[in-house]
Amino acid sequence: MANMSLKKNEMPVQDPSVRRRNFEEVALGYTPEQAVDEANRCLNCKNKPCVGGCPVAIDIPAFIAKIKEQDFEGAYQIIHKSSSLPAVCGRVCPQETQCESKCVRGIKGEPVAIGRLERFVADWHMEHNKEEVKVPEQNGHRVAVIGAGPAGLTCAGDLAKRGYKVSVFEALHTAGGVLVYGIPQFRLPKEIVGKEIDNLKAMGVDIETNMVIGRIESIDELFDQGFEAVFIGTGAGLPRFMNIPGENLKGVYSANEFLTRVNLMKAYKEGSDTPIQHARHVAVVGGGNVAMDAARCAMRLGAEKVSIVYRRSEKEMPARLEEVEHAKEEGIDFHVLTNPVEILGDDKGFVAGMKCVKMELGEPDESGRRRPVEVPGSEFTLDCDCVVMSIGTSPNPLIKNTTKNLEVNRHGCIVTKDDSGLTSREGVYAGGDAVTGAATVILAMGAGKSAAQAIDEYLQSK
Amino acid sequence: MYRILKKKSLNPTVTLMEIEAPLVAKKAEPGQFIILRVDENGERIPLTVADYDREKGTITIIFQIVGATTEKLNHLNEGDCLHDFVGPLGVASHVEGLKKVAVVGGGVGCAIAYPIAKKLHQLGATVHSIVGFRNKDLVILEDEFNAVSDKLCIRTDDGSYGDKGVVTDALKALIDAGEQYDEVIAIGPLIMMKFVCKLTKEYGIKTVVSMNPIMIDGTGMCGGCRLTVGGETKFACVDGPDFDGHLVDFDEAMERASMYRDFERHQYEDTCNLFKKEVK
Repeated sequence: MANMSLKKNEMPVQDPSVRRRNFEEVALGYTPEQAVDEANRCLNCKNKPCVGGCPVAIDIPAFIAKIKEQDFEGAYQIIHKSSSLPAVCGRVCPQETQCESKCVRGIKGEPVAIGRLERFVADWHMEHNKEEVKVPEQNGHRVAVIGAGPAGLTCAGDLAKRGYKVSVFEALHTAGGVLVYGIPQFRLPKEIVGKEIDNLKAMGVDIETNMVIGRIESIDELFDQGFEAVFIGTGAGLPRFMNIPGENLKGVYSANEFLTRVNLMKAYKEGSDTPIQHARHVAVVGGGNVAMDAARCAMRLGAEKVSIVYRRSEKEMPARLEEVEHAKEEGIDFHVLTNPVEILGDDKGFVAGMKCVKMELGEPDESGRRRPVEVPGSEFTLDCDCVVMSIGTSPNPLIKNTTKNLEVNRHGCIVTKDDSGLTSREGVYAGGDAVTGAATVILAMGAGKSAAQAIDEYLQSK
Repeated sequence: MYRILKKKSLNPTVTLMEIEAPLVAKKAEPGQFIILRVDENGERIPLTVADYDREKGTITIIFQIVGATTEKLNHLNEGDCLHDFVGPLGVASHVEGLKKVAVVGGGVGCAIAYPIAKKLHQLGATVHSIVGFRNKDLVILEDEFNAVSDKLCIRTDDGSYGDKGVVTDALKALIDAGEQYDEVIAIGPLIMMKFVCKLTKEYGIKTVVSMNPIMIDGTGMCGGCRLTVGGETKFACVDGPDFDGHLVDFDEAMERASMYRDFERHQYEDTCNLFKKEVK
């Protein structure tokens, strides 16, 4: 019996006044009853518009049909065919602009909560399935994957399923890439990432941490060692700064540094040897998901006040609506149409404030968004003792600088021929932020998936 | 993995360790660094490569006990393993083509200056080494420097060994005596490098310094190691650690190095107390 409610089943969440001071997961997940009720909102459309909105083309109506039958493991198996990391995607995908944006139920009312259902199914599987992951039959070919982030892990998983022996080389001491250093515990518990990675290992994927490819081994040396293809998924690592006075004062962090200290190094926990500043008033510059993550981490570290400073209006913010709402519920201030011009220091070299100007929106720029223009005479000083710059990243040049004939564009992004991810070098594929510049987890996963298919075709036809 | 094959105390606060890391040893060059973690909750600390043995597959690190992490590291013994050890990172020192070089080392910085002096010596350059320490007990690597230097000047702050004075004065005396260097390479405390650079700038001698700022990943990701060089922001981990000393903003670097001083002091005291308890 179809559920014709115009609204999604609400996601149970931790109360904002409690969660703003802890690192436990914010969203608590559907109960089986809520999941079945939500699944019954799906009309099981013949032409499946939602699937077209999914970068990894999960057969969404099919897995939802299994939920309706309360066959949650069956639902998992359908998702797993297309996605290597469903528990991750169910949490961090921007479903509102992907699958859910195409849902017919969204024309009148809210779309089916596909993301919440995906998360429910993945969590149910993790909790209930005790069956051991099997090593697929090996085909004798070896592939190297550089970077254990969403792109690399997806590529590795898909190749392992096809019988390839895959080695993943990770520069940091923990696999997961942005899933472990960037996205905070309260949005994506690290235990979940760890379990997904354990599954890959159980399928026979080797994960070698502390391996900075480009330094310890070059791509050419990987080929010499018998790898027949290489996938580069090194992400967009280099933080950007504004180049305004005072940016090197103590208490100015890049979002990468701030989040890495908190998430990867667990500076928020008693017993971690990694320090972090416990500031009184943190100003986070930027309006993306990373800025929201940094702001919410700062609040949880005990700041009295946290402000988002963004030069355009709230409408232009690239962050997901849900992240903005969660941040607001947790008491984070929003200074929109505001741009920093200088960070002020005290006599000991610590941040003591940030000089800003007010902005107004002018004509649209090349991004299609209205360009922010300074309002003359609107300068003011924002009181703060810590600034987190969250204004984007650019690709790490290490691989480019150490790999002959690897073509990159003027931004330093690796150039790929088509959706396959093939680079200017035979047998070398790339995907994720290293190709696109900073984007989303699911797009990186989609790229890893396409590349796995292309690598398979390449090696089978060789 | 990353087993400690050799541990030797060079002086009461400086320890040498040879770490088993064959892949790193295969590629390491003087001037590059590694990042290590002592245990699972450990912070990542950068240490410059003091030596390497490609055949044995080892990297030598030399560290001064200055805080909690180095204290913990110093409590490990031969046969123990480090939790993580990654490298080689950074750009190797450019030593090719140099004919005559003054290598200036201060304190534990001599551990980094030594492999560069050694490499220069192997390449046939004339090497004048000027090394400074607070007192006689803290002198390290004297024999090693002797073996690779055409001239070795040792200075101590209190005159308890070598001549009394600072390395800058010794360098100035050599230059004034007519020695002509293609380059000065200075590695040691920031304040020492700052004054060496001030001196050599007056004489117009190119000077390279090795920077060792606070760092997390060491691959360019965090930007924590940024410094101002010639008015531009540079990342020590990927653009360095060697820089043109005449362009480095040392005052800013010294400020930034003190970011976590209070935290570090507490951690250090806690760690020391913890080890005291264990001893009881």
